[in-house]
Amino acid sequence: MTSTALKTPAAGTAPAEPAARDPKSRTILGRSLKTLLFHGVTLALVIVVLYPAVWMVSSSFKPSSEIVGNAAIWSENFSLNNFVKAMDGIGGVSTLQFFGNSLILAIGSVIGVVLSSTVTAYAFTRINFPGRKLFFTLMIVTLLLPFHVVIIPQYIIFQQLGLVDTFIPLLLGKFLGAEAFFVFLMVQFMRNLPRELDEAARIDGAGHVRIFRSIMLPLMKPSIITASIFAFIWSWNDFLGPLLYLNSPEKYPLPLALRLFVDQTQSSDYGAMIAMSVLALLPVLLFFLIFQRHIVEGVSTQGLKG
Amino acid sequence: MVHLGRRRHQPELVVDESNALTQTSAPTRRAKSGPPLRDEKLKQRRAETRTGYIFLLPWLLGFILLTAGPMISSLYLSFTNYNLFEAPKWIGFENYTKLFQDERFLQSVKVTLTYVVFGTPAKLIAALAIAMLLNSKRRGRGFYRSAFYVPSLIGASVSVAIVWKAMFGDAGPVDQILSFFGIGLGGWVGNPNMTMPMMVLLTVWQFGAPMIIFLAGLKQVPAEMYEAAEMDGAGPVRKFLSITLPLLSPVIFFNLLMETIHAFQIFASAFIISNGTGGPAGSTMFYTLYLYLRGFGDFRMGYASAMAWLLLIVIGIITLIFFKTSNNWVHYSGDEK
Repeated sequence: MTSTALKTPAAGTAPAEPAARDPKSRTILGRSLKTLLFHGVTLALVIVVLYPAVWMVSSSFKPSSEIVGNAAIWSENFSLNNFVKAMDGIGGVSTLQFFGNSLILAIGSVIGVVLSSTVTAYAFTRINFPGRKLFFTLMIVTLLLPFHVVIIPQYIIFQQLGLVDTFIPLLLGKFLGAEAFFVFLMVQFMRNLPRELDEAARIDGAGHVRIFRSIMLPLMKPSIITASIFAFIWSWNDFLGPLLYLNSPEKYPLPLALRLFVDQTQSSDYGAMIAMSVLALLPVLLFFLIFQRHIVEGVSTQGLKG
Repeated sequence: MVHLGRRRHQPELVVDESNALTQTSAPTRRAKSGPPLRDEKLKQRRAETRTGYIFLLPWLLGFILLTAGPMISSLYLSFTNYNLFEAPKWIGFENYTKLFQDERFLQSVKVTLTYVVFGTPAKLIAALAIAMLLNSKRRGRGFYRSAFYVPSLIGASVSVAIVWKAMFGDAGPVDQILSFFGIGLGGWVGNPNMTMPMMVLLTVWQFGAPMIIFLAGLKQVPAEMYEAAEMDGAGPVRKFLSITLPLLSPVIFFNLLMETIHAFQIFASAFIISNGTGGPAGSTMFYTLYLYLRGFGDFRMGYASAMAWLLLIVIGIITLIFFKTSNNWVHYSGDEK
């Protein structure tokens, strides 16, 4: 804007200028050269950025002796040995069990998040009641609240209820809409749904429960999918929560099991450790491959973190 | 999307208020003698309020039991000595005054601030630069975008922390590659001067999420603006400073705020890389790690609560500064987000 204003004297001659000034982008050769340069630069960047991930995957197939101090991606001695060892688990608990625990927590989170955030968003967007604005503001404030402020009292509460070393402290918050990001996501989406639909249903005598179940929920499908994906991934990668609340190894999800692995093997069996790290990330990467579009959309429209 | 939602919502809010007005002033006068229609309406409003709170109940319970209640009690605990087994003992401001004489606490503040001050801008600059590179209609754009996003997806996990530690360790691949270019630095993990660059690299590596948000913002910048500026002879730098930056400022604001708040709370990677010790020489003693060690290692819950509240206050002040100064540099023009 300002630049347009600044250069007004030249404006009179402007229309003739671009063609004369920028001839190389006009020729086919120039354009394909530019495209080539773009792909060259971007591909080089992709290689640098993805190198740690690729190194990780390739290392998981290498014998331990070839992992440390080896920047190479390729090895002649690729084998599945590390994965076989990683599946043995640690501390008498099999890796399958850790997987199961992670899965229970992640699926529980998804169910809790979807139930609580849709119901809460419906209250915020479709029902008029005194106090709604106040609570909505409070919900927005909790978006910015650092989790660490509440962990100590939350721990004390759960400890006194005898719920430490159970999954309840890790799941209860999800069922009670404590993750405001998801409530916010649903509110944003619900606000864009046409009100005529539920108004028509109301005239036909449908109550809120009916409208919520038969009209809103089906329409919310895209945002429910987005919320589910992120709830799953966040729970899957969560480390602090399980670290605080779970004591017995047979209840550990994968991130905690990995930490146990690091503690006990201490670089002696790098191969199995990296193989287990890869296994722990596998579902997340799989999710990404399947739901790429939803994830990218979730990030760009809602600012959700990965 | 955000904007549209707000706009469409506006008329409904106005209706709300007028409803509330008629509701509070009229019924008192007319409730008894008024036509049955009024009674009916009042009943409806009550039922509506009841349904509203029933729908809100889960969130409300969570808010009171898991957020507001704990916040108030952690404020109380921050003025006490509490070890989880004996009753809390009131000690006034002692925890807070002790904090500022605690070398390890001061170290954790220094480490965390260094990380936030270097890591966040570096990450956002990388995000913006690559978003601008990708902001074209060239083929392969979707693939590149996804590839750059992968680190954001996995970066905060324990798995990646383990890999990072292995890569930056003694004679690890990073040292090998650097040595090849003649800048061998030895292992980063064991060197107190190199752990911070390593942690900053780990956060910069996760530039994909803010990049995707920048890309969405760049799409909103009308191409005619650049064309007009080009006609006026503006070069790429000029176009960037006068068009891209101002029009993107709301998105920059959002990213900067969220990434800063986020950076203060780094935990898992620091915990894994230092094996929960914050070492070597306290160089990875991040604020939240120290809070965890104090609260759940030494069971000094009062002390850790004081730390938690200081963190909340600092984040609150930073958020406030961001919002207060945003008038000077964030442009919300016309139909922009």
